[in-house]
Amino acid sequence: MASKAFQKIYTQLESITKATVALKAQGVTNDELATVDGRLSQVVKIKRDLITLQVFGGTEGIPTNSEVVFFGESPSINVSEELSGRFFNAFGDPIDNGPVVSGEKRFIGGPSVNPYRRKQPSELIPTGIAGIDLNNTLVSGQKIPFFADPDQPYNQVMAQVALRADVDKIILGGMGLTNDDYLYYKQVFENAGALNKIISFVNTTEQPPVERLLIPDMALTAAEYFAVDKNEKVLVLLTDMTLYADALSIVSNRMDQIPSKDSMPGSLYSDLAKIYEKAVQLPDGGSITIIAVTTLSGGDITHAIPDNTGYITEGQLFLRKDSDTGKVIVDPFRSLSRLKQLVIGKKTREDHNHVMNAAVRLYADAANAKTKLENGFDLSDYDLRCLDYAQDYSNRLLSIEVNINTTQMLDTAWELFGKYFSKTEVSIKEEITEKYWKNS
Amino acid sequence: MKTKGIVTGIISNLVTIEVDGPVAQNEICFVDLAGTKLMAEVIKVTGKEAFVQVYESTRGLRAGDKAEFQGHMLEVDLGPGILSSIYDGLQNNLETMKGVFLTRGEYTAALDSEKKWNFTPFAKAGDQVIAADWLGEVQEGWLPHKIMVPFTFKGNFKVKSIVSEGEYTVEDTIAVLTDESGEEHKVTMKQKWPVKVPITNYKDKPRPYRIMETRVRVIDTFNPIAEGGTGFIPGPFGSGKTVLQHAISKQAEADVIIFAACGERANEVVEIFTEFPKLVDARSGRMLMERTTIICNTSNMPVAAREASVYTAMTIGEYYRAMGFKVLLLADSTSRWAQALREMSNRMEELPGADAFPMDLPAIISSFYARAGIVNLNNGKTGSVTFIGTVSPAGGNLKEPVTESTKKAARCFFALSQNRADRKRYPAVDPIDSYSKYLEYPEIIEDFKNKIDQDWVDNVFKGKNIVLRGKEAYEQINILGDDGVPLEYHKRYWKSEIIDFVILQQDAFDEIDANCPMERQSYMFNLVLDICEKEFEFEDFEECGNYYKKLINIMRQMNYAQFESAEFNKYLEQLNNEVNNGK
Repeated sequence: MASKAFQKIYTQLESITKATVALKAQGVTNDELATVDGRLSQVVKIKRDLITLQVFGGTEGIPTNSEVVFFGESPSINVSEELSGRFFNAFGDPIDNGPVVSGEKRFIGGPSVNPYRRKQPSELIPTGIAGIDLNNTLVSGQKIPFFADPDQPYNQVMAQVALRADVDKIILGGMGLTNDDYLYYKQVFENAGALNKIISFVNTTEQPPVERLLIPDMALTAAEYFAVDKNEKVLVLLTDMTLYADALSIVSNRMDQIPSKDSMPGSLYSDLAKIYEKAVQLPDGGSITIIAVTTLSGGDITHAIPDNTGYITEGQLFLRKDSDTGKVIVDPFRSLSRLKQLVIGKKTREDHNHVMNAAVRLYADAANAKTKLENGFDLSDYDLRCLDYAQDYSNRLLSIEVNINTTQMLDTAWELFGKYFSKTEVSIKEEITEKYWKNS
Repeated sequence: MKTKGIVTGIISNLVTIEVDGPVAQNEICFVDLAGTKLMAEVIKVTGKEAFVQVYESTRGLRAGDKAEFQGHMLEVDLGPGILSSIYDGLQNNLETMKGVFLTRGEYTAALDSEKKWNFTPFAKAGDQVIAADWLGEVQEGWLPHKIMVPFTFKGNFKVKSIVSEGEYTVEDTIAVLTDESGEEHKVTMKQKWPVKVPITNYKDKPRPYRIMETRVRVIDTFNPIAEGGTGFIPGPFGSGKTVLQHAISKQAEADVIIFAACGERANEVVEIFTEFPKLVDARSGRMLMERTTIICNTSNMPVAAREASVYTAMTIGEYYRAMGFKVLLLADSTSRWAQALREMSNRMEELPGADAFPMDLPAIISSFYARAGIVNLNNGKTGSVTFIGTVSPAGGNLKEPVTESTKKAARCFFALSQNRADRKRYPAVDPIDSYSKYLEYPEIIEDFKNKIDQDWVDNVFKGKNIVLRGKEAYEQINILGDDGVPLEYHKRYWKSEIIDFVILQQDAFDEIDANCPMERQSYMFNLVLDICEKEFEFEDFEECGNYYKKLINIMRQMNYAQFESAEFNKYLEQLNNEVNNGK
């Protein structure tokens, strides 16, 4: 976003707040960019010739005689194949010491896809993690967040998913990443030798929070270029959307807007939906899949951020540490992929749906047995077998360390069924059971 | 002369315009952004300043840009060709839009002006007519679409001439009417109507007096909705709102389905228009899509148009009601509509009510629900709009403003419970919290007496009581332990489980179970009730549980079998044996 030839310059600010400045100017358009004392800003309000600008970097130290330069256009990014393998900040400027990207200029936060032109998602995205592939299968064009407490290794899991997923491009939108996490991603991508298909837009905690409002739109505009223009399968990772929403609430607060639930702006739902709904399966084969992270506070999903997110996304993935095995698992009870019905048993083996349900049901029986045990009741033989099964199931399938294909997952599940249970206890349709049952 | 204006202020999609003439509340205007005309609606006027909400992004707009007011409110086109169309919230046809992306300022015609319809006249020259009288009809899909005297015509008219049977477009004049002062008015098959005004060209609107079958047991048997009635489905995310609404839209006993996807996921709309064209209506044998219209304003489409979308859907519903059809209108979700109202109210710096929603939210919601209803048309026929909206309560808390306001307006409450969803008891409609006021209507009780049997409604209340007592018993068992309560408690609990498993739960993905006609529902419910009224003797609670589990399993197999088929009868015999062998 370098400065352009034709520019209007003003030097008299009328008012300054923590995040905004106002000045008198002519011919300014809504949403257009400007610099105030060199800091990037955007027009958020026009009242005749009085223009209010939101200063992304904050207004600390800005004098009333600052130089204000209007760009005459809204934020944009140059798109081309040159984006691949590069790291950018929230304004789309390189932070990897590489050259400025040339290419077609696209304004960020563009229009939405005509719903009638969308296709029903139908391509499975394998990740190798059974807690996802077996129980909560991802589909291209889907949008799904990890709901995780801040102490859980969601960034590691996301990086893993990204590298294993069979996609053409991976775009990372990092909002309020700690510098350590940013370096972690950078290193993981470099080590995997996958850097050429990865594009990163990063705002770290060292940078002003309001800047991160630009990150999702930057990442998704790049994603749309590859998905729509190049018909590629694009996976977008957004972490952490809770910090994004926090930045929204800061801005709305400074604009004197009336907060709704949990001090979030009343438009939170629309703001989040605008981002997540960019996930799409296009008719010509391109797709945008969004995997996000929404950090929770003490597992509370009724807070406005996870709550609104849940209404927008197509399911959610919960990470949990299983105390019995010490492994981080994808919780089979609280996780859900709404689109899995579109692919399981169709793109995967016919027994997928049955095996998935039976395995989770038996795991639920194990949870009941555990409660009984804790309450001091006697355990039946079946209860004990369930508990043993749960250990194996957690270790060999639910753990995020597992990396096998879906058919192997199904075989593993049959193996566990045969090892601990009778056919009637597993209670799967007879013709399927006869075909796949494994005696131990 | 149209009123013109100059843009003076912009905050997001709220724009203030200084006007040079009269403007009306809710009047439509177009704001000129470098040659692109953006549609907007007046929502407040102070002095010479009109506040308008722009239906599109205002990026690039500047103070000093011009606007032109249209002299009318937001209108829709009504005429043949609406069914099986997919519109946005402002009735732009999404199918005829060019490009993958929605282009700002691109508006497409709602009706195809070139398509020819085969018109058959009813009226003849010399007939006296008033607004909404039927002049003739065309065949739209499998429905006879009535061509009516435009709703806006006031007073008495005389048919001066009407075309003979033949092929006409919606633009062709099909009749000429003379008003009382002798002035002539041309009538085409297309008319316009402002969406925020109810269409009231009918004789009267009685209380709903007959039920509308949805083939969903927990609704029809336990909480029936009347034809022309209102209901709403609140539920936290993941509790099955969408699946339930889709089930209702596929199976309901309606001639026309209007589905307003209001601020929800685009992929869900894609599901409808991918699947509906393949689905056959069980009653008529015709394709479901032929009787369906989708008004689609998904969550990423402009917020102001989201508010308009529910009104657009309702107006189309009222139009088909005036033809004597049973219309079912579904809106998913009305919470998103309320949120759109909140965003605008916030930008106008109005004093907020609870949770920052506008103060008049309850009034807006109830006047919208009031537009539904069964009506007696002037020609003695009846038509109806039945409305079911979903509500997405924040945090799953039913004490939030949208749920509470809707509860005052809607007569049926289908509460989806997180607890039931977690236990995979679908549809997750809570049998205790949910209700249907129609069960108390004498007209509806009479309708059930005629359609099913004398004691139906009494039996339904009996069934509800069994479920309630079962829940109470279950709580006691949980506190005191299986051994700590009298055996009677276990019996009560298991009787409620029979109703839960056999009647309330229904497999929306099983072809037979999903589609359960009223006749079958009443048969199964009476069967279950008979069993619940029998007293069996058991040694202990385990024997009790096992016995009832066996009965439940047999009856569930019956639910999956074709009604009264050999397979069904085989299970029935098994059941009778078990019941007779019971102690």
